[in-house]
Amino acid sequence: MADNTLPTPAYPSPLKEFWLSFKVNKGATVALVYFVLLVLAALLAPWIAPHAPAEQYRDALLSPPPWAGGNAWRFVLGTDEVGRDILSRLLHGARLSLMIGFTSVLLSLIPGVVLGLVAAFYPGKIGTAIMRLMDIMMALPSLLLAIAIVAVLGPGLGNTVLAIAIVGLPSYVRLARASAMTELNRDYVIASRLAGAGQLRLMFDTVLPNCMAPLIVQATLGFSSAILDAAALGFLGLGAPPPMPEWGTMLATARDYIQSAWWVVTMPGLAILITVLALNLMGDGLRDALDPKLKKG
Amino acid sequence: MFTFILRRLAVVIPTFLGITVLAFALIHLIPGDPVLVMVGERKLDPEFYKAAMTRLGLDQPLYLQYWHYLTGMLHGNLGESIVTHEPVLSEFLKLFPATLELSICAMIFATVFGLAAGVIAATRRGTVLDHGVMGAALTGYSMPIFWWGLILIIVFSVNLGWTPVSGRIDLEFDIAPRTGLMLIDTLLAHDLDAFKSAVMHLILPSIVLGTIPLAVIARMTRSAMLEVLREDYIRTARAKGLSPVRIVLVHALRNALMPVVTVIGLQVGTMLAGAVLTETIFSWPGIGKWLIDSISRRDYPVVQGGILLVATLIILVNLLVDVLYGVINPRIRHAR
Amino acid sequence: MRFAPRQLALALAITLAAGTAAAAGKTLIFCSEGSPAGFDPARYTTSTDFDASAETVFNRLSEFEPGSTKVRPGLAEKWSVSADGLTYTFNLRKGVKFHTTAYFKPTRDFNADDAVFTLQRLIDKNLPFNKAAPAEYSYATDMGLDTNIVAVSKLDPYTVQVKLKAVDAAFIQNLAMSFASVQSAEYAEQLLKAGKANMINVEPVGTGPFVFKSYQKDAAIRFEANPGYWRKDEVKLDKLIFAITPDASVRYQKLQKNECQVMAYPRPADLKAMQANPQLAVASQAGFNEGWIAYNVKHKPLDKLEVRQALDMAINKKAIIDAVYQGAGQLATNPMPPTQWSFNKTLKDAPLDVAKAKSLLAKAGVGNGFEITLWAMPVQRPYNPNAKLMAEMIQADWAKIGVKAKIVTYEWGEYIKRSKGGEHDAMTIGWTGDNGDPDNWLGVNLGCEAVGGNNYSQWCDKKFDDLVVKARSLSNQAERTKLYEQAQVVFKEQVPFTPIAHSTVYVPMRKEVTGYKISPFGLTSFYGVGLK
Repeated sequence: MADNTLPTPAYPSPLKEFWLSFKVNKGATVALVYFVLLVLAALLAPWIAPHAPAEQYRDALLSPPPWAGGNAWRFVLGTDEVGRDILSRLLHGARLSLMIGFTSVLLSLIPGVVLGLVAAFYPGKIGTAIMRLMDIMMALPSLLLAIAIVAVLGPGLGNTVLAIAIVGLPSYVRLARASAMTELNRDYVIASRLAGAGQLRLMFDTVLPNCMAPLIVQATLGFSSAILDAAALGFLGLGAPPPMPEWGTMLATARDYIQSAWWVVTMPGLAILITVLALNLMGDGLRDALDPKLKKG
Repeated sequence: MFTFILRRLAVVIPTFLGITVLAFALIHLIPGDPVLVMVGERKLDPEFYKAAMTRLGLDQPLYLQYWHYLTGMLHGNLGESIVTHEPVLSEFLKLFPATLELSICAMIFATVFGLAAGVIAATRRGTVLDHGVMGAALTGYSMPIFWWGLILIIVFSVNLGWTPVSGRIDLEFDIAPRTGLMLIDTLLAHDLDAFKSAVMHLILPSIVLGTIPLAVIARMTRSAMLEVLREDYIRTARAKGLSPVRIVLVHALRNALMPVVTVIGLQVGTMLAGAVLTETIFSWPGIGKWLIDSISRRDYPVVQGGILLVATLIILVNLLVDVLYGVINPRIRHAR
Repeated sequence: MRFAPRQLALALAITLAAGTAAAAGKTLIFCSEGSPAGFDPARYTTSTDFDASAETVFNRLSEFEPGSTKVRPGLAEKWSVSADGLTYTFNLRKGVKFHTTAYFKPTRDFNADDAVFTLQRLIDKNLPFNKAAPAEYSYATDMGLDTNIVAVSKLDPYTVQVKLKAVDAAFIQNLAMSFASVQSAEYAEQLLKAGKANMINVEPVGTGPFVFKSYQKDAAIRFEANPGYWRKDEVKLDKLIFAITPDASVRYQKLQKNECQVMAYPRPADLKAMQANPQLAVASQAGFNEGWIAYNVKHKPLDKLEVRQALDMAINKKAIIDAVYQGAGQLATNPMPPTQWSFNKTLKDAPLDVAKAKSLLAKAGVGNGFEITLWAMPVQRPYNPNAKLMAEMIQADWAKIGVKAKIVTYEWGEYIKRSKGGEHDAMTIGWTGDNGDPDNWLGVNLGCEAVGGNNYSQWCDKKFDDLVVKARSLSNQAERTKLYEQAQVVFKEQVPFTPIAHSTVYVPMRKEVTGYKISPFGLTSFYGVGLK
């Protein structure tokens, strides 16, 4: 009866499986396309930007975009208060914003995961101490904590990133700990423990890969909130130093011109909004694709 | 139940102590000191500087300063502001009602519209309406709220002239603060015009501050509703022929509310963070602005005391949510 | 709160009645830029604090004429100076009453006790009142009053005598400054007895045109007209309210909507639109201030004169005035504004010349360019509305002559402390005049004594310093003018800093506002201001 056996269904590779379920979410797909374009634009900014981001065209201060009454097509999105091309600044700013998001997520993800795993594996004094510390950090409004940290370290790009990373730490710790705790009771962990796997191996080789899904989703969302937080700090005058075209800082200076030159305010704001929206859409898509358990409807 | 609350409280105390250390350390790590800030670009006389530092007790070793701060706090004394010489607690109590009023209104706005949006999206799952509502919610969630505030002011206050630009009330109305909540004070003063003015002033800031919580609540409500709508008892109710509206609003929503309530509780922290920005944009005299100003003025007692009070507030709300949750769900009470 | 319908109707009726009553009075709302730190002017140094107390509630012995740097009699009707210039005798005004408020009822008129108390408080740390309410009177210290006043005594109930240690040509001007506002000795006594001495900073009592009514932090300060004010024609409002509005665009929006009638510190970018708005009037006056770029002459290669000259001539001041001041500034050449007496009109700027600047650098041996730090102030000041932007523009200008400037900024207190310590190479800074005396510019900002203090260039030039020190000890204005003019020539040769601009002070207001005069000292006052 060998003839009647069904052919073993060809399981798609995990990556392909992921892509298939990610693709279902149209919003997430569009967001992904935007994000890829943004990354490309950021990488290629020096070549595709029409002007240097800090070049001041002093004959064209606050010149409006050509499609809104301006006269020069050389400044597609208009110029700012010292005649810098806004489009070029946004493109170069994309590098900064992506860099801020990426580094600050890494800087809070890695220590966050380590601390979370440690807290899960040693629930005694060490674990309690870690979680208490996180409670303390969670008890302060994040932006206020970030402001205080930037005030301590001094304003600047690196310190902004650091402040955002510190503020974001507790959520990774909690998440890593919670997922690790569930995994710890699973049979496969007990099995490999009995098989004599060392503590480190158990942590990072056995348990961690199974906790990755929620962490990746959290990282995507962390990416977007990092961009928002950086913009908020920039807006409060605590962000990147001039003449860096960081989006939040651009918005903060543009505020002076909200009534006289709307485009200076609108463009960076839209850039932030669209990018954060794209990241959140991707986060949703990732969550649905990576972890059917987490799928909320 | 009682031991459960006690257990939670026991956890709160070390957290609380930790916050005092954190607040103290942070503000003292910030370079610059209050005397320097006060002097500004004027001449700095070394004698004068020394005298000022001594008077403020800032020339003592740090551990002593912390000790004074801690013992003072245990006596209910949070010290007094270096800048205004007013007790920190009384400054906090004067400004907190403004933040409270704004937060409550923003939360009401967020809850009402968030619940409605979530329910609509869940019951019309997969339709254009669902996608539209959820798309809007996600956009709201992604909004840089300081930018959002500026845009709203320009459109609604300046161009359309529908709402006032900033502040809590038109200043022609001189309302004596009794509760500190402008809506209630104006009613107590029997002044309807003032009440109207206070309401108008609350609209834009509430929208701005409520936008992110609204999005979170909408998303949470939708997923909770979808989960509940799949449950057997809903199917039973449907089979019994109950009206769909009744099923959704009475049976499903009630059961979907629990996770939503938790989310609302958790939004308090977000709200206070958002208040920092919202208050800055709308010149709202609340504690967010107060704390930021104090950080830049190096007003040590205010920053320490303010952070402590805010943190206490957040801890208390979280504790309350925890306890409520324990009341509703006994399984949690006995865990750990 | 439950309202029965009838109660509601009653409330409504009361409200309507109250509404009409309020409309009959003249209320002016001023959109101010920030909350004052307190209401005791002696303790503070900023105009935000002075506007809310000194300019409304208080008077001084001598006062500045509204809109001018000239001194007029205040609570002292007249004064005389001894031949050696060391003894001042003040004859006080009679029949002036302190405010009657909810917290204080005066039993007597203003007299010598009040004047003596006011000055004693500034100089005597052991005064019982100072022990009870310890505070630093930093502005008085800054102007040298605490060390220079030897004795203050009451000769009779309306005559006070002040003895000085050294001749101070600007003494009367100094007494006209906000920090020297006259307090009530009777009120202070009452507070001291009640153990509430600090309340002097919370509930002020003065003799000025407006009576303090209430203050809500970050929201509003309310004043009512002083019905018995001794300068009758200078109170034309019934109520004065400060709407505290820290954001300049919000202040402008409120002004447009008539939510306030006068606003402080407009954004230069909005001025054009304001001037075009038929409902608004924009008062303006050349500011009594100056913003500049200080070069730290103790750092290489800024110690070389050629280098400073090169940097100086490479800066495109015109472009800065257009972008940073949005045209609301006046090009600065001297280390003082043109409205200051003794201003040397003959001095000219070196013309903008990149080629010459490069050759100067080559001559100094740094022809290949070099790197320096350029510090940008983290705050907006009257003399510099946007230091960051200014620094960015100068960075671009200097790049053209091969000088690479790195923009550095610190939190304000730290910025000042570090720059007084001389950590910077070049920096944005400036000054607003205190009392209208030339020494307040040349001595304070460029004297050898000020190195380590306000002399951010760390520049000590014997020739310059001798001239300024000599001028300080003279009382004849013509002689002093000569010396100060020479000192400015030395300044211009040596370029310790590059003067950039005097920002014009603009005060936008509704058309209905009458009689507003801009204070050259950057204060906002409502003497004689009314509403049509």
